[in-house]
Amino acid sequence: MTPAFELWVYLSSTPLLWLTVTLIVWIVADRIALASGRHPAVNPVLIAIIVLGAVLILTGTSFATYFQGAQFVHFLLGPAIVAIAVPLYRNFDKVKENLLPMAAALIAGSVTAAVSALGIAALFGVPDPVLASLAPKSVTAGVAMGIAERFGGEAALTAVLVVTTGLVGAIIVTPLMNALGLRDYAARGFAAGLAAHGIGTARAFVVDEVAGTFAGIAMALNAVVTALILPLILYWFLA
Amino acid sequence: MIEAFALLLLCQLAGEVLSHGFNLPMPGPVVGLLLLFAGLFAAQKFVSVTPQSINDTLLGRATGGLLQHLSLLFVPAGVGVIDHLSLVNSYGPVLFLALLVSTALALAVTALVFTGVKRWQSGGRSS
Repeated sequence: MTPAFELWVYLSSTPLLWLTVTLIVWIVADRIALASGRHPAVNPVLIAIIVLGAVLILTGTSFATYFQGAQFVHFLLGPAIVAIAVPLYRNFDKVKENLLPMAAALIAGSVTAAVSALGIAALFGVPDPVLASLAPKSVTAGVAMGIAERFGGEAALTAVLVVTTGLVGAIIVTPLMNALGLRDYAARGFAAGLAAHGIGTARAFVVDEVAGTFAGIAMALNAVVTALILPLILYWFLA
Repeated sequence: MIEAFALLLLCQLAGEVLSHGFNLPMPGPVVGLLLLFAGLFAAQKFVSVTPQSINDTLLGRATGGLLQHLSLLFVPAGVGVIDHLSLVNSYGPVLFLALLVSTALALAVTALVFTGVKRWQSGGRSS
């Protein structure tokens, strides 16, 4: 072994290397998004995932090795969700004004998200276990995987579909809302959190604090509502 | 900074205990969110915390910083998706079409129902 290769073998197996790489790739991706004026199509999460994925493939690094470093970033998701309590507390008057719109939008959006995805997939003859994996795609990953498994789906496939849905939602929400002429940041944020869970909520917080707050509420409520109504909807779609 | 972070972790820990202990349909961090929210309301009776001043507190600054960078926190899980792309197999294009159309529909329906009900509500109040 050459000294350089020995050093690589050592470094590539420590958490330090992959944590540092994750943060640097993120900083570059976020600068690119900033330089585009936060254009919705230039999504820093998507850029970072593609670059890091390419780096792992090119260096022959397994996800398990990568995650030893990246887990420190991943871990912060939990406290970050708890942190949404603060903007919720700050904007609670605005939330109280919108209880009825939120309740109606929650039911309508939750049913639409599940029925439209299942309808299209069923039309193309997608088999039952894959349908069950797809159904909770708009729900935050941990809850979605639990729901999918209960109906014979595959948790890992659900995770892939959930993250993809989040990225798609975060990218299309701004142009879609502009096209519909919707300027109410409460409504826009609520839609982002409902349809695209945490990744949509993250996008909403970048745009506006009120939008982020409503997105966080929608994400939390949709996890509960989907868990309750999905059994009824799947009953119609699964043979 | 450390106090704020410890408080967030404490809420999450209590949330996990409740979520798993009672088999709640909400994940631990979401229960933790509700606990912290309830805690803030309880706290304003004893200390000078208000919705207007919360952003200037240690907790306000720490949470503000964390939420500004919420997107970063999804990157490791996203990289995990690349590792599992082989699972998508031959149904990949159909599944992508389904979730693209469905996400657009869910976004539109949610936002339109929200603003529609809000307009109906304020119309009903003024008449």
